[in-house]
Formats: sequence, C-alpha cells, structure tokens
Amino acid sequence: MGKKHKKVVVLPCSGIGKVFGALARETAYELVERVRPGVATTTCLPLLVINDPEAVAKVKENPVITIDGCPKECARKSVEAAGGRVAKAHEAIKFYKQHKDLKPEGVAEVNETGRKLAEIAARELAKEVDELAAGEEK
Amino acid sequence: MDIQVAKVGVVSCSGEEIPEGTLCRLACRKVLDERPGETVTICLPLFIAGGEEERTFAQNYPTITVDGCDKMCAAKATEMLSGKPARSLSVPEILKKHGLKPPDKLRHFGGEEEAAVQAVAEEIAQAVDEVLEEE
Repeated sequence: MGKKHKKVVVLPCSGIGKVFGALARETAYELVERVRPGVATTTCLPLLVINDPEAVAKVKENPVITIDGCPKECARKSVEAAGGRVAKAHEAIKFYKQHKDLKPEGVAEVNETGRKLAEIAARELAKEVDELAAGEEK
Repeated sequence: MDIQVAKVGVVSCSGEEIPEGTLCRLACRKVLDERPGETVTICLPLFIAGGEEERTFAQNYPTITVDGCDKMCAAKATEMLSGKPARSLSVPEILKKHGLKPPDKLRHFGGEEEAAVQAVAEEIAQAVDEVLEEE
C-alpha cells in the first residue's frame, strides 16, 4: 500500500471553446462539491501556468486526477510542467462515448443533459479518488 | 483584393477554484459569441501545453486579458509566455465600479449572476472597440 493522502486534486480543462472542456469542469465541480467534498479539491489551472507557489505545492504534495477537454491535454501537461505527478489522466469525451444517450451541449457551461453525464462521470471517478486517498493506487 | 479584418484576442482567467473564474469565462464567451468577426480566443494553459502558434498569440493579435482575482494569471501568463496584453481587465474592479456583488457559486449561474456577467461582458466589448480603434 502506498502513502495515504488527505486530499486528491481534480484538475479540469479550462477551455471556453469546446463542450468537453465544460463537461470536464462540471465533472470536477461535481466531485469537489457533492460526491467527494473534503477529499477531492481543485485549483486554478492558470495558477500553475504562472508558477504560483501555493498551487504548485498542492499538485506536488497530493495525487492529481486530470480531466482534459481535448487532445491537447493542457491540464495534464500543466501539472507535469509544474513538477506535479498525474496519477490518473482522462479526456472528458470518453464519458460521452460510454454514455451515448447523454449528449452534452454548451460551451462555457453544459446543459441539463451534460450535468447528468457529469454526475455519472463524477461517481465513476470517485472510485479513483478513494483509491488514491487510501494509497491504493492501481 | 483581400480585405484584412483586424481581430482582438480575448484571454480569460479560467479560475476553476473561484466563482469569479466562472464569471470571467461566461463574460468572455458572451463577447466572443456576439462579436465573432472581431474577436478570437485561446485557452490560457496552451501557452505552456501548446506549440509555437499558440505562444505567438499575443504577437499576432492585440490581446485583452480578463482576470478573476488579484493574482492576475491571465495578464501575467500572457505577458510572460506570449506578449504584452493591450488591455488587462480585472473582474473585482469591474464589479466594484458597477456596485455589483461578486458571485458566490462556482457553477450553474442564473438570473442572480446575470447582471455581473453582463457588466463584465460590456467592459470587455468596450475594450475591444478601443483596441480596434487603435489598430
């Protein structure tokens, strides 16, 4: 068993041009606010871009789950560039591929269907949050 | 003959951790949707995660940055990694100027937050006009 963690950082894409960026954020907020409050936490991705010491420490000291909105993988690459360790990396489109009946729409924020998909995605990711918090990374 | 139409870059703070970040994104998106021929955007982390094309963004377009807090990530990152912004807007300053309360939630903005989104979008649109005039 690995080291236990009080916090798991969930870091979504920060794009404002694509629906899967919005889905990534909604999923992260769902985890942080409703599904695993107190354990799942987030930070502002741009803080990593400017090397903010507090944000950099957060991704260095805690396991990070990234949820990217497109194949450019800004979230994953930004964590790695800041010296953090990405424990799990996801692209939000995979949740839609697994649940084709829930087609999200919206760019800055997702619609009602997108919110439902984010709820499902967050419940799936909660298992990873629990494993990482318990030091049982697979 | 080709007619070159100038475009202004709008770079939003994404501030996933603060309500003002969501406000930034919604206001920037509103301006981008309402003025598609005159504005263009880039995801801020692409300055690091992207290639040469992304890093020259602020050299190719006069750029307006919109920040949600006093850490001014959008302004700093744009200047550090791409080029000096033509204008740097701060959401807390805009809200103060208009006598508006900062939003208190991270998502699912509705009627209560609409005035704040509108005020920030108007300030961005005004800055777009000013920058286009200068070009």
